[in-house]
Amino acid sequence: MFPRPIETQPRATQITYQSLIPVALLLWLAPLIAVAIFSIKPDTDFTSGNYWGWPAEFEGFANYGKVFFESDMPRYLMNSVLITVPTVIGAVALSAMTGFALGVYKFRGNLWIFFMFVAGNFVPFQILMVPVRDLTLDLGLYNTKTGLVLFHIAFQTGFCTLFMRNFIRALPFELIEAARVEGVAEWRIFWFIVLPLMKPAIAALSVLVFTFIWNDYFWAVVLTQGAESQPVTAGITSFNAQYRAAYHLMSAGSIVAALPPVAMFFLMQRHFIAGLTLGAVK
Amino acid sequence: MLRTTLTAAAALSLAAGAVHAQDSELSGTLTIFSDMSNPAPRAVMEDMAARFGEMHPDLEIELTIIDREAYKTQIRNFLTANPPDVANWYAANRMAPYVDAGLFEDVSDLWAEPEIADNLASTKGALTLDGKQWGVPYTYYQWGVYYREDIYEELGLEEPQDWETFKSNCQTMLDSGVKCFTVGTKFLWTAAGWFDYLNMRTNGYDFHMQLTQGEVEWTDERVRQTFANWRELIDMGAFIDNHQSYSWQEALPFMVNGEAAAYLMGNFAVAPMREAGLSDDQLDFYQFPAINPDVELAEDAPTDTFHIPSGAENKEAAREFLRFVVSAENQTQINSGDGLGQLPVNSQSSVDDDEMLNQGFEMLSSNAPGGIAQFFDRDAPAEMASVAMEGFQEFMVFPDNLEDILGRLEQARQRIY
Amino acid sequence: MTTATLPDTHADEGGPGWIRRNRMTLAPLLFLLPGAIFFIAYVILPILQSFQISFFRWDGLGEPEFVGLANYQELSTDRAFEVSLWNNLKWLVLYLLAIPGGLFIALFLNQTVAGIRIYKSLFFFPFVISQVVVGLVFTWFYDPTFGLLNTLLEGIGISPINVLGDPTLATYGVIIAGLWPQIAYCMILYLTGLNAVDPEQIEAARLDGAKGLRMLWHVILPQLRPATFIAFVVTIIGALRSFDLISIMTNGGPFGSTRVLSFYMFEKALSEYGFRMGYGAAIAVVLFLIMLVFIAYFLWSMWRQERGH
Repeated sequence: MFPRPIETQPRATQITYQSLIPVALLLWLAPLIAVAIFSIKPDTDFTSGNYWGWPAEFEGFANYGKVFFESDMPRYLMNSVLITVPTVIGAVALSAMTGFALGVYKFRGNLWIFFMFVAGNFVPFQILMVPVRDLTLDLGLYNTKTGLVLFHIAFQTGFCTLFMRNFIRALPFELIEAARVEGVAEWRIFWFIVLPLMKPAIAALSVLVFTFIWNDYFWAVVLTQGAESQPVTAGITSFNAQYRAAYHLMSAGSIVAALPPVAMFFLMQRHFIAGLTLGAVK
Repeated sequence: MLRTTLTAAAALSLAAGAVHAQDSELSGTLTIFSDMSNPAPRAVMEDMAARFGEMHPDLEIELTIIDREAYKTQIRNFLTANPPDVANWYAANRMAPYVDAGLFEDVSDLWAEPEIADNLASTKGALTLDGKQWGVPYTYYQWGVYYREDIYEELGLEEPQDWETFKSNCQTMLDSGVKCFTVGTKFLWTAAGWFDYLNMRTNGYDFHMQLTQGEVEWTDERVRQTFANWRELIDMGAFIDNHQSYSWQEALPFMVNGEAAAYLMGNFAVAPMREAGLSDDQLDFYQFPAINPDVELAEDAPTDTFHIPSGAENKEAAREFLRFVVSAENQTQINSGDGLGQLPVNSQSSVDDDEMLNQGFEMLSSNAPGGIAQFFDRDAPAEMASVAMEGFQEFMVFPDNLEDILGRLEQARQRIY
Repeated sequence: MTTATLPDTHADEGGPGWIRRNRMTLAPLLFLLPGAIFFIAYVILPILQSFQISFFRWDGLGEPEFVGLANYQELSTDRAFEVSLWNNLKWLVLYLLAIPGGLFIALFLNQTVAGIRIYKSLFFFPFVISQVVVGLVFTWFYDPTFGLLNTLLEGIGISPINVLGDPTLATYGVIIAGLWPQIAYCMILYLTGLNAVDPEQIEAARLDGAKGLRMLWHVILPQLRPATFIAFVVTIIGALRSFDLISIMTNGGPFGSTRVLSFYMFEKALSEYGFRMGYGAAIAVVLFLIMLVFIAYFLWSMWRQERGH
């Protein structure tokens, strides 16, 4: 193990290390902790200049109550869910198929098609902005959740295909061969043999795509406009415009907006990290 | 209300010719997209929709209120993709891209109706492009200096009538540790308010219009004079520090807390200032004083408007809604202190009895002989406005960069017009 | 590709049907089709369209007008474009600091003391949070009146600075905000990588007397190469895509000093005063061409890897 395990070090070093970690963590997360504290402060703290001190009183319920019951935040959150979940399902489904096609079959141009997905996924997506906006307008899907979902599915398919294809490649190919010898149809091989083996990849990708899409801001701004379709990342900016300089409410709103992917991460940590570190160890 | 309905119905039948019977009622759906998203305007808009709906029971009204800032970028999308029947926007050059692209309906017919022609004459120019009218106004508001009356009194200062007093007042405030003006230029347009006034006071309304129309070079000696006057204030330290980091709302607390004594702003700033606790004894208004005694006083008074997109489906109901919006009675009601707290455009309307509104109305109707401008980003084309306003902000932070800034603006002018 | 004949040996045994005979061609085609159609419609074609639009003058409302290379000519004299390009370069270079930063934290946390798993997850936290929130948090951190940064600076007797209001500092301020989640990302990559480092090699190196930085450089880092590669890829992409933070923290200001290409193109094409789709597309094309250098490099390394199989 590197660095040398701390247990083999002198007692003093161990104690220093153990006490250093929480301090480092506090420093690392200081900006977030500040926002969490902001979100339970009464507004008088801000007018009286008590920004960074302890809250004069606990106003968490009032602040979060405002966010949930007196603003459009619940609608934005709902929109985010309705955008994120179909995207996850769509992107994972499509890429399971493309990944299967590219990972299992050998045909001319296989690698080029694979590279097309990979390259497209690396593209600075601003170059897609103007045409995708026009396309969405032409489809009559501008300012709808569907319009956003369709684009997200398409774009995420690039990344997911990269992931799925590599994952399928690492599966034991003999299983598929054996099934073919038995005369099993290709779609059955996909459905009954490969798909069950892909569960870890599907889990990892789902969590990852969920986080990406939930946190998307750019496309939300380009393709949607109002509370009826905008996800929470874009909603938070109009929420903030409404409560400008009301730091306690902006903080509470931000925390609410940030929470779902955080919860997702903690619940599915193992899959999440497996997804992120794809290829980092070979 | 009844009177309005009758006149409106009469006007409608006139406009529509003999096809419609006198008692023909509006039906179908009327979709309205509005940018009146701040709390008070939102209530006004919702109320207007409700009242119009009561007058036309067979008409279903669908109102969508979009965040005011977001609306500015989204209007072009919905005008082409899913046009509503009625949409909010702003007057003057701000309409130009949509008028040029044929996305706004020509409503010159409405302006030919005596009810509108007579009572809205003052804003006809601002709604006219290419000799036609493209929308109707529902409100306007004055710009000027809102100041802390109590601080002025404490320091023994009077509302300034001329540039020298303006500056000496400011010096007195600075000497006692108060900044003369708060301003938040993060979103640039607030700096344009300063430019508008300084330029109109230095060179007059006509010159200002020539400049925003691209007919004068930015490197012109007269433009330099405007900036020289501005620089006097900057060099004194008249403006709060770090203004480039604040929005206009974030700059409000400086005035509320007494760290700055005044704010050059539109009347919409009054409501949040009162809300933040400034009483009528603490808050007052004065007209931006003369700088060059040879030019007539001119004012910024932006007009907010309603339009019919050319892709609207229920244009009949939309026209009726526009008539309703501009009616004297409605304008009185929506612009009252309980509503928008601004000035009605219809000359038959009455101005709410509010200290600021009275002063603003007085100023605009009797003390603005030079003319009434819309605002820099409405008078100048969009691209020029964005380049210029960035330059204004830079100038307020680094006045030494003036040569460079003016060169850039001139380059932009030559390309844009 | 050399084994293309192999599946065919089974195909004919199934029966006479055309579908059965061609199933090894049909199956991958059908599996590919839905994903590929989506991807081509929404990603590949739009890239080509952007190239096309960049030769037009178009306000997004009326009819486009062909202007040839005029947009690109204008770019060459556009100072704001130049500033954006430089800022992109700053982002590229400084963002790469996330890699050593992430490695440093990973090494710090690569222990087995009690509760270390929780610590690792908490350190990873910033990456999961939306950039919109990160931007907001850092804007407050830098705020010239009440920001924590200036409160701290005052505490040690340094006069306050307005990071985001100072054109020479603002971009760095935004980059630091961007580094925060990016370091967390690289950290997790390295933590996983460190898990897989061969303990025997370490022991062997220790016996040879290697330790500390020498050990890191000569023994550990070579084994972390896959992690470093991924970290490099995601960091470069992140740097060139940076948009959210700039939009939230500075809106491109003060006076345009924090613009990058991705923000500038949005500003020119779709923002409040932007009506120049063609010009925006030209900016996007430049950004794309820069990215293409890296994409080519990534694909080339992947291709080598595939060959190695």
